[in-house]
Amino acid sequence: MSNNSTKPLLKTEDVSEVFGGLKAVSDFNFYIDKGELVGLIGPNGAGKTTIFNLMTGVYVPTTGEILLDGESIVGLKPYQITQRGIARTFQNIRLFSELSVLDNVKIAYHCHVKYGLLESVFRVGRYLDEEKEIEHESLKLLKIFKLDEHANEVAKNLPYGAQRRLEIARALAAKPKLLLLDEPAAGMNPQETYELMEMIRWIRKQFGLTVLLIEHDMSLVMGICERIYVLEYGVIIATGTPAEIQNDPEVIRAYLGDEAVN
Amino acid sequence: MDAVRKRDLKMLVFGLLVYAVLQGLISGGAIGSFWQLNIILICFNVIMASSLNLINGYTGQFSLGHAGFMAIGAYVGVVATTNFHLPLICALVLGAICAGALGFLIGLPTLRLRGDYLAIATLGLSEIIRIVIMNIEYVGGAAGFKGIQHLTNFTWVYFVMLVTLFFVKNFVNSSHGRACIAVRENEIAAEAMGVNTTRYKVMAFTIGAAFAGVAGGLFAHQFYLISPNSFNFLASFNYLIMVVLGGMGSITGSIAGAFVVTFISAALASFPEVRMIIYALALILLMFYRPQGLFGYMEVTNFAPIKKFLNR
Repeated sequence: MSNNSTKPLLKTEDVSEVFGGLKAVSDFNFYIDKGELVGLIGPNGAGKTTIFNLMTGVYVPTTGEILLDGESIVGLKPYQITQRGIARTFQNIRLFSELSVLDNVKIAYHCHVKYGLLESVFRVGRYLDEEKEIEHESLKLLKIFKLDEHANEVAKNLPYGAQRRLEIARALAAKPKLLLLDEPAAGMNPQETYELMEMIRWIRKQFGLTVLLIEHDMSLVMGICERIYVLEYGVIIATGTPAEIQNDPEVIRAYLGDEAVN
Repeated sequence: MDAVRKRDLKMLVFGLLVYAVLQGLISGGAIGSFWQLNIILICFNVIMASSLNLINGYTGQFSLGHAGFMAIGAYVGVVATTNFHLPLICALVLGAICAGALGFLIGLPTLRLRGDYLAIATLGLSEIIRIVIMNIEYVGGAAGFKGIQHLTNFTWVYFVMLVTLFFVKNFVNSSHGRACIAVRENEIAAEAMGVNTTRYKVMAFTIGAAFAGVAGGLFAHQFYLISPNSFNFLASFNYLIMVVLGGMGSITGSIAGAFVVTFISAALASFPEVRMIIYALALILLMFYRPQGLFGYMEVTNFAPIKKFLNR
């Protein structure tokens, strides 16, 4: 558990989510400290993405409390939670597909823009300076993700791996404290997965980020996560370091069935 | 000077040049009264199409009630000039404020609806506006408002059009405009990126409605008489056709759409029997060969030679 001197960045207390008769998540107790890289794994349908949706305000928990920096974010709209410092990527890529790669990133700076409607229409005041700043910062981000050559291409024309990277770049443009990655390596080959792993490590150091990721690719999860939560049917069945998780009989049962344990 | 300002200035100079040429031709008598009226109509349709484009094209909210907001602007405008003897500029501003305020009030509840539901709600709204006006005796009821002063001329319409185009252009090229475009592209992702989607939908709807109000004010002071039936749903469809034809999400497209639609119906005015058939055929062919509209998402300023000139 986290000690008292450092409050966790994000903490959930007995969070449950009920859809009709289905309890998708029950009594989910979780914390992530500042600077940590935590993985959330579990079989398909375990409720991992539901938890992301709860943390980002897409769903409101049926019961329980979610605290960001000690303040409740339950009931806030997704855009308000993003403004408070949680950004995410999506399991099924959700880019602004008809827009240029550069515009995709620029949009995410939205909540840091200070100029008003009239300033933008008359192009006075803070408009020009801030726009220049946004353009500069966006190009810098694209360069980090090796997308600067594609800056003016339409996002949907990018190769799959590049679209995944663009999603992460876009999430970073919102300048989050906590980055939620929903299956960032889905559909990538081993080489791309390895590069992605290095990149996640690097951006985390560079941006001082806290990262929570959902992933099925065990080489990635075991390779970079410091702590792992294992979820099955909406319940945490194990938590600990990658080494502890790998040898946990409950986890092996959840993934491989009872026979594998005996 | 800043590159952005320089580009704006070049576009403004181009706009003034076009004005000078057209005004010269009109004053010199080279353009007869029929085509003069049609040039005014084109400018006027450009205002309507580009403001509707802000709602339908850029923000992706399918509104079918643009003529309703135009009616508000027209009636508020004529009451201001005829009954209160205010100058035209005040009438236009008042019309814009009233239409914008109504757009805001209506937008808050209806913009929760999506796609076809929103289309039906806005269509219903414009019909309600029309029928309410029809039943107000103060503005002439179904017979229409008579005795309006002729205050609109080419100069007025052209410069209001320029203001509208610059407004829309600068809006969509700002963070606010990008937020609207993000709503169109993917509402869930937009919200996850910190965009207050409801706020921007309502904002686009309000701005679009306000400009429709201005256009309505200009329209009313051109024709001596307005009746509620000038603002029926067929009028709304007409503006929608201009937007779709030109390209949803392109200002150049709105200009082109307004031009083509107005030009076709004017050019065919002498063949009333086949006019609508040819008009419909032209639309079908255009949509068949260019479903994204004449310009798609492109602007004329994106074409290489023009871009080069503007950035020089």
